[in-house]
Amino acid sequence: MDFTDDQLQRYSRHIILPEVGGKGQAKIAHAKVVIIGAGGLGCPVGYYLTAAGVGTLALIDNDTVEMSNLQRQIAHNVHTIGMPKVESAQRTFTALNPDVRIVPLRVRISKDNILDLIKDYDIVVDGSDNFPTRYLVNDACVMAEKPLVSGAILRFEGQVTTIIPGKGHCYRCLFEEPPPPGLVPSCQEAGVLGVLPGVIGGLQATEVLKLILGKGEPLTGELLIYNALTTSFRKVKVPKNPLCPVCGDNPTITELTDYNEGYCTLS
Amino acid sequence: MERIVADKKIDIRGLVCPYTFVKAKLAIESLEIGQVLEILLDYEEASRSIPKSMEDHGQKVLHVEKVNDRDWLLVIRKEKD
Repeated sequence: MDFTDDQLQRYSRHIILPEVGGKGQAKIAHAKVVIIGAGGLGCPVGYYLTAAGVGTLALIDNDTVEMSNLQRQIAHNVHTIGMPKVESAQRTFTALNPDVRIVPLRVRISKDNILDLIKDYDIVVDGSDNFPTRYLVNDACVMAEKPLVSGAILRFEGQVTTIIPGKGHCYRCLFEEPPPPGLVPSCQEAGVLGVLPGVIGGLQATEVLKLILGKGEPLTGELLIYNALTTSFRKVKVPKNPLCPVCGDNPTITELTDYNEGYCTLS
Repeated sequence: MERIVADKKIDIRGLVCPYTFVKAKLAIESLEIGQVLEILLDYEEASRSIPKSMEDHGQKVLHVEKVNDRDWLLVIRKEKD
Protein backbone atom coordinates (compact mmCIF):
# COMPACT_ATOMS: atom_id res chain seq x y z
CA MET A 1 0.00 0.00 0.00
CA ASP A 2 1.28 3.48 -0.88
CA PHE A 3 0.87 5.93 1.98
CA THR A 4 0.39 9.65 1.43
CA ASP A 5 2.63 12.02 3.40
CA ASP A 6 -0.28 12.73 5.74
CA GLN A 7 -0.81 9.02 6.30
CA LEU A 8 2.89 8.47 6.96
CA GLN A 9 2.70 11.10 9.65
CA ARG A 10 -0.63 9.95 11.06
CA TYR A 11 0.34 6.28 11.29
CA SER A 12 4.08 6.71 11.95
CA ARG A 13 3.89 5.36 15.52
CA HIS A 14 2.18 2.25 14.19
CA ILE A 15 4.52 1.77 11.25
CA ILE A 16 7.63 1.81 13.44
CA LEU A 17 6.27 -1.01 15.61
CA PRO A 18 7.80 -4.33 14.51
CA GLU A 19 4.40 -6.02 14.98
CA VAL A 20 2.64 -3.52 12.70
CA GLY A 21 4.86 -1.92 10.05
CA GLY A 22 3.56 -0.75 6.70
CA LYS A 23 2.09 -4.19 6.01
CA GLY A 24 0.17 -4.23 9.28
CA GLN A 25 -1.10 -0.71 8.71
CA ALA A 26 -2.30 -1.80 5.27
CA LYS A 27 -4.19 -4.69 6.91
CA ILE A 28 -5.84 -2.20 9.26
CA ALA A 29 -6.74 0.02 6.30
CA HIS A 30 -8.43 -2.91 4.56
CA ALA A 31 -10.33 -4.17 7.63
CA LYS A 32 -14.09 -3.88 7.99
CA VAL A 33 -15.47 -3.76 11.51
CA VAL A 34 -19.04 -3.42 12.72
CA ILE A 35 -19.78 -2.03 16.18
CA ILE A 36 -23.11 -2.80 17.81
CA GLY A 37 -24.06 0.16 19.98
CA ALA A 38 -22.79 3.74 19.69
CA GLY A 39 -22.98 4.27 23.45
CA GLY A 40 -20.58 3.89 26.35
CA LEU A 41 -18.51 1.10 24.75
CA GLY A 42 -19.15 1.84 21.08
CA CYS A 43 -17.84 5.41 21.42
CA PRO A 44 -14.31 4.58 22.64
CA VAL A 45 -14.04 1.47 20.47
CA GLY A 46 -15.05 3.48 17.41
CA TYR A 47 -12.87 6.43 18.38
CA TYR A 48 -9.70 4.33 18.68
CA LEU A 49 -10.41 2.19 15.64
CA THR A 50 -10.97 5.40 13.67
CA ALA A 51 -7.69 6.80 14.95
CA ALA A 52 -6.00 3.52 14.02
CA GLY A 53 -7.21 3.87 10.44
CA VAL A 54 -9.58 0.92 10.13
CA GLY A 55 -10.88 0.97 6.55
CA THR A 56 -14.60 0.63 7.13
CA LEU A 57 -16.39 1.07 10.41
CA ALA A 58 -20.13 0.43 10.64
CA LEU A 59 -22.05 1.72 13.66
CA ILE A 60 -25.41 0.21 14.59
CA ASP A 61 -27.65 2.04 17.05
CA ASN A 62 -31.26 3.13 17.03
CA ASP A 63 -31.09 5.75 19.78
CA THR A 64 -30.64 9.49 19.86
CA VAL A 65 -28.15 11.40 22.01
CA GLU A 66 -29.35 12.53 25.44
CA MET A 67 -27.70 14.73 28.07
CA SER A 68 -27.43 11.72 30.41
CA ASN A 69 -25.18 9.97 27.85
CA LEU A 70 -22.45 12.59 27.95
CA GLN A 71 -20.95 11.42 31.26
CA ARG A 72 -19.43 8.46 29.39
CA GLN A 73 -20.32 8.41 25.67
CA ILE A 74 -17.36 10.41 24.43
CA ALA A 75 -18.22 10.63 20.73
CA HIS A 76 -21.29 12.76 21.49
CA ASN A 77 -21.55 16.33 22.78
CA VAL A 78 -24.02 19.04 23.73
CA HIS A 79 -24.40 20.09 20.10
CA THR A 80 -25.53 16.62 19.01
CA ILE A 81 -28.21 16.09 21.67
CA GLY A 82 -31.32 14.83 19.91
CA MET A 83 -29.35 13.59 16.90
CA PRO A 84 -29.18 9.87 16.10
CA LYS A 85 -26.16 8.47 17.93
CA VAL A 86 -24.76 6.92 14.76
CA GLU A 87 -24.76 10.32 13.03
CA SER A 88 -23.29 12.09 16.04
CA ALA A 89 -20.51 9.51 16.25
CA GLN A 90 -19.95 9.68 12.49
CA ARG A 91 -19.33 13.43 12.74
CA THR A 92 -16.83 12.97 15.55
CA PHE A 93 -14.98 10.08 13.92
CA THR A 94 -14.83 11.68 10.48
CA ALA A 95 -13.39 14.85 12.04
CA LEU A 96 -10.69 12.69 13.65
CA ASN A 97 -9.80 10.67 10.56
CA PRO A 98 -11.43 11.22 7.17
CA ASP A 99 -9.59 8.14 5.81
CA VAL A 100 -12.08 5.91 7.60
CA ARG A 101 -15.36 5.10 5.88
CA ILE A 102 -18.03 5.34 8.58
CA VAL A 103 -21.30 3.54 7.85
CA PRO A 104 -24.06 4.80 10.17
CA LEU A 105 -26.87 2.26 10.53
CA ARG A 106 -29.78 3.61 12.53
CA VAL A 107 -31.68 0.39 13.10
CA ARG A 108 -32.69 -1.79 16.00
CA ILE A 109 -31.12 -5.17 15.47
CA SER A 110 -33.35 -8.21 15.55
CA LYS A 111 -33.23 -11.85 14.56
CA ASP A 112 -34.54 -10.81 11.15
CA ASN A 113 -31.84 -8.32 10.21
CA ILE A 114 -28.66 -9.15 12.18
CA LEU A 115 -27.15 -11.70 9.81
CA ASP A 116 -27.58 -9.28 6.95
CA LEU A 117 -26.10 -6.41 8.98
CA ILE A 118 -22.90 -8.28 9.90
CA LYS A 119 -22.32 -10.26 6.70
CA ASP A 120 -20.01 -7.74 5.00
CA TYR A 121 -17.72 -7.26 8.01
CA ASP A 122 -14.63 -9.12 9.21
CA ILE A 123 -15.08 -8.53 12.94
CA VAL A 124 -18.08 -7.74 15.14
CA VAL A 125 -17.81 -5.67 18.32
CA ASP A 126 -20.58 -5.94 20.88
CA GLY A 127 -21.02 -2.76 22.88
CA SER A 128 -24.70 -3.30 23.59
CA ASP A 129 -26.25 -2.67 26.97
CA ASN A 130 -28.80 -5.45 27.28
CA PHE A 131 -29.00 -9.22 27.38
CA PRO A 132 -31.41 -9.78 24.47
CA THR A 133 -28.96 -8.05 22.12
CA ARG A 134 -25.91 -9.74 23.68
CA TYR A 135 -27.33 -13.22 23.11
CA LEU A 136 -28.64 -12.40 19.66
CA VAL A 137 -25.21 -11.05 18.61
CA ASN A 138 -23.46 -14.11 20.05
CA ASP A 139 -25.73 -16.57 18.29
CA ALA A 140 -25.54 -14.68 14.99
CA CYS A 141 -21.71 -14.54 15.14
CA VAL A 142 -21.51 -18.28 15.88
CA MET A 143 -23.84 -19.06 12.97
CA ALA A 144 -22.09 -16.65 10.59
CA GLU A 145 -18.62 -17.65 11.90
CA LYS A 146 -17.66 -14.04 12.61
CA PRO A 147 -15.10 -13.14 15.29
CA LEU A 148 -16.81 -11.26 18.12
CA VAL A 149 -15.21 -8.97 20.68
CA SER A 150 -17.69 -8.64 23.48
CA GLY A 151 -17.64 -6.10 26.30
CA ALA A 152 -19.93 -5.34 29.22
CA ILE A 153 -19.96 -2.79 32.02
CA LEU A 154 -21.88 -2.13 35.22
CA ARG A 155 -21.15 0.14 38.20
CA PHE A 156 -17.36 -0.25 38.69
CA GLU A 157 -16.87 -3.56 36.93
CA GLY A 158 -16.36 -4.53 33.32
CA GLN A 159 -15.78 -7.69 31.30
CA VAL A 160 -14.18 -8.45 27.94
CA THR A 161 -13.94 -11.64 25.95
CA THR A 162 -13.07 -12.56 22.36
CA ILE A 163 -15.12 -15.22 20.65
CA ILE A 164 -13.72 -16.94 17.56
CA PRO A 165 -16.40 -19.36 16.38
CA GLY A 166 -15.02 -22.85 15.88
CA LYS A 167 -11.90 -22.12 17.94
CA GLY A 168 -12.91 -21.22 21.47
CA HIS A 169 -15.91 -20.63 23.67
CA CYS A 170 -18.97 -18.55 22.91
CA TYR A 171 -21.08 -16.42 25.24
CA ARG A 172 -23.50 -19.29 25.82
CA CYS A 173 -20.64 -21.61 26.90
CA LEU A 174 -20.23 -19.10 29.71
CA PHE A 175 -23.86 -18.28 30.50
CA GLU A 176 -26.19 -20.64 28.66
CA GLU A 177 -29.32 -18.48 28.88
CA PRO A 178 -29.88 -14.78 29.54
CA PRO A 179 -30.70 -14.06 33.19
CA PRO A 180 -34.40 -13.61 33.90
CA PRO A 181 -35.61 -10.04 33.31
CA GLY A 182 -35.01 -7.84 36.34
CA LEU A 183 -32.35 -10.04 37.98
CA VAL A 184 -29.38 -8.08 36.67
CA PRO A 185 -29.87 -4.33 36.92
CA SER A 186 -29.23 -2.16 33.89
CA CYS A 187 -26.81 0.77 33.83
CA GLN A 188 -29.66 3.21 34.22
CA GLU A 189 -30.87 1.41 37.35
CA ALA A 190 -27.49 0.70 38.89
CA GLY A 191 -25.20 3.41 37.52
CA VAL A 192 -21.80 3.17 35.91
CA LEU A 193 -18.58 5.06 36.45
CA GLY A 194 -18.21 7.22 33.34
CA VAL A 195 -14.61 6.24 32.63
CA LEU A 196 -15.27 2.49 32.93
CA PRO A 197 -16.44 2.06 29.30
CA GLY A 198 -13.24 3.87 28.28
CA VAL A 199 -11.15 1.14 29.91
CA ILE A 200 -13.26 -1.73 28.60
CA GLY A 201 -13.77 -0.16 25.17
CA GLY A 202 -10.01 0.43 24.95
CA LEU A 203 -9.44 -3.26 25.64
CA GLN A 204 -12.01 -4.22 23.00
CA ALA A 205 -10.37 -1.96 20.41
CA THR A 206 -7.02 -3.56 21.26
CA GLU A 207 -8.48 -7.03 20.72
CA VAL A 208 -9.86 -5.94 17.34
CA LEU A 209 -6.48 -4.62 16.21
CA LYS A 210 -4.74 -7.81 17.34
CA LEU A 211 -7.21 -9.88 15.33
CA ILE A 212 -6.68 -7.68 12.26
CA LEU A 213 -2.89 -7.87 12.59
CA GLY A 214 -2.81 -11.55 13.57
CA LYS A 215 -0.48 -10.65 16.45
CA GLY A 216 -0.47 -11.54 20.12
CA GLU A 217 -2.92 -13.73 21.95
CA PRO A 218 -6.57 -12.74 21.78
CA LEU A 219 -8.85 -13.32 24.78
CA THR A 220 -10.25 -16.54 23.36
CA GLY A 221 -11.21 -19.09 25.98
CA GLU A 222 -10.92 -16.41 28.64
CA LEU A 223 -13.02 -13.74 30.26
CA LEU A 224 -11.14 -10.68 31.51
CA ILE A 225 -12.77 -8.98 34.48
CA TYR A 226 -11.74 -5.46 35.54
CA ASN A 227 -12.63 -3.96 38.88
CA ALA A 228 -12.11 -0.21 38.94
CA LEU A 229 -12.48 0.15 42.71
CA THR A 230 -9.69 -2.28 43.50
CA THR A 231 -7.79 -1.59 40.25
CA SER A 232 -7.54 -5.29 39.53
CA PHE A 233 -7.74 -7.45 36.45
CA ARG A 234 -8.73 -11.09 36.71
CA LYS A 235 -8.73 -13.65 33.90
CA VAL A 236 -11.15 -16.54 34.15
CA LYS A 237 -10.72 -19.53 31.86
CA VAL A 238 -13.82 -20.27 29.81
CA PRO A 239 -13.57 -23.65 28.11
CA LYS A 240 -15.67 -24.36 25.07
CA ASN A 241 -18.70 -26.31 26.27
CA PRO A 242 -19.34 -29.36 24.07
CA LEU A 243 -22.95 -29.24 25.29
CA CYS A 244 -23.35 -25.54 24.43
CA PRO A 245 -26.79 -25.05 22.86
CA VAL A 246 -25.42 -22.90 20.03
CA CYS A 247 -21.74 -23.80 19.42
CA GLY A 248 -21.66 -27.31 20.96
CA ASP A 249 -21.42 -30.65 19.17
CA ASN A 250 -25.21 -31.02 18.84
CA PRO A 251 -26.63 -27.49 18.91
CA THR A 252 -30.28 -27.12 19.88
CA ILE A 253 -30.39 -23.47 18.90
CA THR A 254 -30.27 -23.40 15.13
CA GLU A 255 -32.37 -20.31 14.56
CA LEU A 256 -32.07 -16.83 16.02
CA THR A 257 -34.41 -15.72 18.79
CA ASP A 258 -35.38 -12.29 20.08
CA TYR A 259 -35.63 -12.29 23.87
CA ASN A 260 -37.54 -9.07 24.17
CA GLU A 261 -40.31 -10.02 26.53
CA GLY A 262 -39.95 -8.57 29.97
CA TYR A 263 -36.66 -6.81 29.27
CA CYS A 264 -36.24 -3.12 29.43
CA THR A 265 -34.68 -2.25 26.11
CA LEU A 266 -34.14 1.42 26.72
CA SER A 267 -30.55 2.54 26.45
CA MET B 1 35.33 -1.18 2.00
CA GLU B 2 34.27 -2.94 -1.15
CA ARG B 3 31.27 -1.27 -2.68
CA ILE B 4 28.05 -3.21 -2.06
CA VAL B 5 25.46 -3.01 -4.81
CA ALA B 6 22.16 -1.90 -3.30
CA ASP B 7 18.85 -3.34 -4.51
CA LYS B 8 17.08 -0.15 -3.50
CA LYS B 9 18.23 3.36 -2.64
CA ILE B 10 16.32 6.02 -0.76
CA ASP B 11 17.21 9.65 -0.25
CA ILE B 12 15.63 10.88 2.97
CA ARG B 13 17.66 14.06 3.33
CA GLY B 14 15.47 16.74 4.87
CA LEU B 15 13.49 14.31 7.00
CA VAL B 16 13.73 14.08 10.78
CA CYS B 17 12.77 11.40 13.30
CA PRO B 18 10.55 9.47 13.32
CA TYR B 19 9.92 9.84 9.57
CA THR B 20 13.49 8.90 8.78
CA PHE B 21 12.87 5.47 10.32
CA VAL B 22 9.32 5.23 8.93
CA LYS B 23 10.65 5.67 5.38
CA ALA B 24 13.58 3.34 6.00
CA LYS B 25 11.32 0.67 7.46
CA LEU B 26 8.81 0.84 4.59
CA ALA B 27 11.72 0.55 2.14
CA ILE B 28 13.08 -2.53 3.95
CA GLU B 29 9.59 -4.08 3.99
CA SER B 30 9.42 -3.77 0.21
CA LEU B 31 12.60 -5.85 -0.25
CA GLU B 32 13.11 -9.62 -0.27
CA ILE B 33 15.21 -11.24 2.42
CA GLY B 34 18.89 -10.94 1.49
CA GLN B 35 18.42 -7.75 -0.53
CA VAL B 36 20.27 -4.57 0.39
CA LEU B 37 18.95 -1.06 1.06
CA GLU B 38 21.05 2.09 0.80
CA ILE B 39 19.87 5.15 2.73
CA LEU B 40 21.16 8.68 2.27
CA LEU B 41 20.24 11.04 5.13
CA ASP B 42 21.30 14.31 6.71
CA TYR B 43 19.68 14.07 10.15
CA GLU B 44 22.62 13.11 12.32
CA GLU B 45 20.62 11.49 15.11
CA ALA B 46 19.08 9.09 12.56
CA SER B 47 22.58 7.93 11.57
CA ARG B 48 22.68 6.30 15.01
CA SER B 49 18.99 5.55 15.65
CA ILE B 50 18.21 3.88 12.31
CA PRO B 51 21.04 1.31 12.57
CA LYS B 52 20.03 0.56 16.17
CA SER B 53 16.33 0.19 15.31
CA MET B 54 17.14 -1.93 12.25
CA GLU B 55 19.25 -4.27 14.40
CA ASP B 56 16.42 -4.40 16.96
CA HIS B 57 14.06 -5.44 14.17
CA GLY B 58 16.42 -8.22 13.12
CA GLN B 59 18.06 -6.57 10.08
CA LYS B 60 21.81 -6.46 9.38
CA VAL B 61 23.62 -3.12 9.28
CA LEU B 62 26.46 -3.53 6.77
CA HIS B 63 27.86 -0.03 6.60
CA VAL B 64 27.53 3.42 8.19
CA GLU B 65 29.55 6.26 6.70
CA LYS B 66 29.65 10.02 6.92
CA VAL B 67 30.04 10.86 3.24
CA ASN B 68 30.43 14.66 3.51
CA ASP B 69 30.02 17.35 6.16
CA ARG B 70 26.22 16.91 6.18
CA ASP B 71 25.22 13.53 4.78
CA TRP B 72 25.33 9.95 6.02
CA LEU B 73 25.10 6.73 4.07
CA LEU B 74 23.68 3.59 5.64
CA VAL B 75 23.69 0.16 4.04
CA ILE B 76 21.32 -2.44 5.48
CA ARG B 77 20.60 -6.02 4.47
CA LYS B 78 17.15 -7.43 5.01
CA GLU B 79 17.35 -10.53 7.20
CA LYS B 80 13.80 -10.74 8.51
CA ASP B 81 10.26 -10.07 7.25
